[in-house]
Amino acid sequence: MKPLIEIITKPDNIAIVIMIIMVTFFTIWAFLQAFQNDKLKTSGKPVEGELDEDVDTWKPLVRIELIITLVVMIGLTLWSILVDAPLEEIANPTLTPNPAKAPWYFLGLQELLVYFDPWLAGVVLPTLIVVGLIAIPYIDINPKGNGYYTFSERKYSIVIFSFGFFILWLLLIVIGVFFRGPGWLWYWPWQEWDHQRVVFEPTTDLTNLIGIDSRSVLGFFMGGGVVFLYFAIGMIAPYLYWKKTHPKFLNDLGLVRYTTIMILFLFMMSIPIKMILRLVFLIKYVWVTPWFNV
Amino acid sequence: MRDLMDKVKKNVIWKSIFRRDYKENVRDRAVAIFGNVFLHLHPVQVRESAVKLRYTWGMGGITFLAFIVLVITGVVLMFYYHPSVDQAYDDIKDLEYQVPYGVILRNLHRWAAHFMVIVVMIHMFRVFMTGSYKAPRQFNWVIGVILLVLTLLLSFTGYLTPWDQLGYWAIVVGTNMGAATPLLGFEGPFSEYFGITAYNDVRFALLGGTQVGGNALLRSYIWHCVALPLLSIILMFVHFWRVRKDGGISRPQ
Repeated sequence: MKPLIEIITKPDNIAIVIMIIMVTFFTIWAFLQAFQNDKLKTSGKPVEGELDEDVDTWKPLVRIELIITLVVMIGLTLWSILVDAPLEEIANPTLTPNPAKAPWYFLGLQELLVYFDPWLAGVVLPTLIVVGLIAIPYIDINPKGNGYYTFSERKYSIVIFSFGFFILWLLLIVIGVFFRGPGWLWYWPWQEWDHQRVVFEPTTDLTNLIGIDSRSVLGFFMGGGVVFLYFAIGMIAPYLYWKKTHPKFLNDLGLVRYTTIMILFLFMMSIPIKMILRLVFLIKYVWVTPWFNV
Repeated sequence: MRDLMDKVKKNVIWKSIFRRDYKENVRDRAVAIFGNVFLHLHPVQVRESAVKLRYTWGMGGITFLAFIVLVITGVVLMFYYHPSVDQAYDDIKDLEYQVPYGVILRNLHRWAAHFMVIVVMIHMFRVFMTGSYKAPRQFNWVIGVILLVLTLLLSFTGYLTPWDQLGYWAIVVGTNMGAATPLLGFEGPFSEYFGITAYNDVRFALLGGTQVGGNALLRSYIWHCVALPLLSIILMFVHFWRVRKDGGISRPQ
């Protein structure tokens, strides 16, 4: 238990503990309100806030702003009195700490480095995260659930967003903070960090599994084929399926929106897929080229 | 008591500051709100849901509050700090041992920064869960995403300023990503066809050199204290303006 307490009480990590508590609290609150509103809707009643009247800004709003300000300021002041900001030794370019961790909010991206090369993990995927977030209002054409908590009216968008937000973002941060030790190896919070520990994992590439060298020409085309098929089938199969089951939805969506959604979605799902390939099947690369590896 | 209030309120100085009294008729109330630069950021009236904690959680406002705390503590910290390799670390040590309340000042800046990242994420979660990005507020969501990125960059650029091992290696790890940018980073795919080397790529532009050194410290300092805050303030104005112009806090439609 000693390492666990040490990790949790490290000054910078107290922020992560606060984040976990706050996110859990507000997630529960959001979904409770969503289910409550869903119940009201099914029984034909107006949802929370639908019958609201206007109230004066002065004082009802200004009063609550003042109270929140005071509470937050007291909290931040107490936090600052009780916990000192860390200051390590002076910067020394010749002494690399192990592990060298990025700031906590980027640890999710650093965690991706286990599964992807830096150009994907550090540049392409973060860019796509930002692009994807920006695209949300333009690709979500469901007009329902605007201005109130709900789940049943927006199941798919909430499930997909929650997967990205809680698993790919927050969980990876928590893993990076609490479960990664020297050499970026996995350490349970009760395990002591061991700087001598080396884990040999005989990773291989996808095509090597069937006896074809991933660095050969054939391996290049096979690996590229797998990546191409992933995107091609991922693009076409849902289209054909929806065309049969929900032709109107597909029509409303339009080809541009559909393509954007599917490209973003396929890139997002490539993260858990690559994780499983790496962790379960010990596969490092799917596609090896002279210029980059996927 | 009333006499005293009258004396306070009915002299030239008070009236020069507060032009209107807040009275019980609608027009005077509106004028009182418009006439005050801070209050006029609010509408005269708001929906009840904007006042209820359970709907907005106050997260956007708390983010702004954290930003204000960071600007104030940041400006004070700048009085004690030189962005140079020789002095930066000693300045932080001085803050700890010499400057009155220097420890609390630095703590407040650091914890408010972490806090701002946390609440801005929860703010985004709230806006998503209430579907508030839907028409007519799509563009304000876009501004919000950019502000989220700016918040992360502000925090990241501030990491290097103490010039200790923690910040130094976090920046090394972070900027090495820049070197891996396709086309534009010297270790990234295809960059060799464009004549990209370690001396003209993205990382070089970020660091002002090939290594994290004095130039990198100066650059991150200027991004942190001048460029990014200015950008953020401008976008915040747009963000708040659009909240008003798009019909206020979202409500069931």
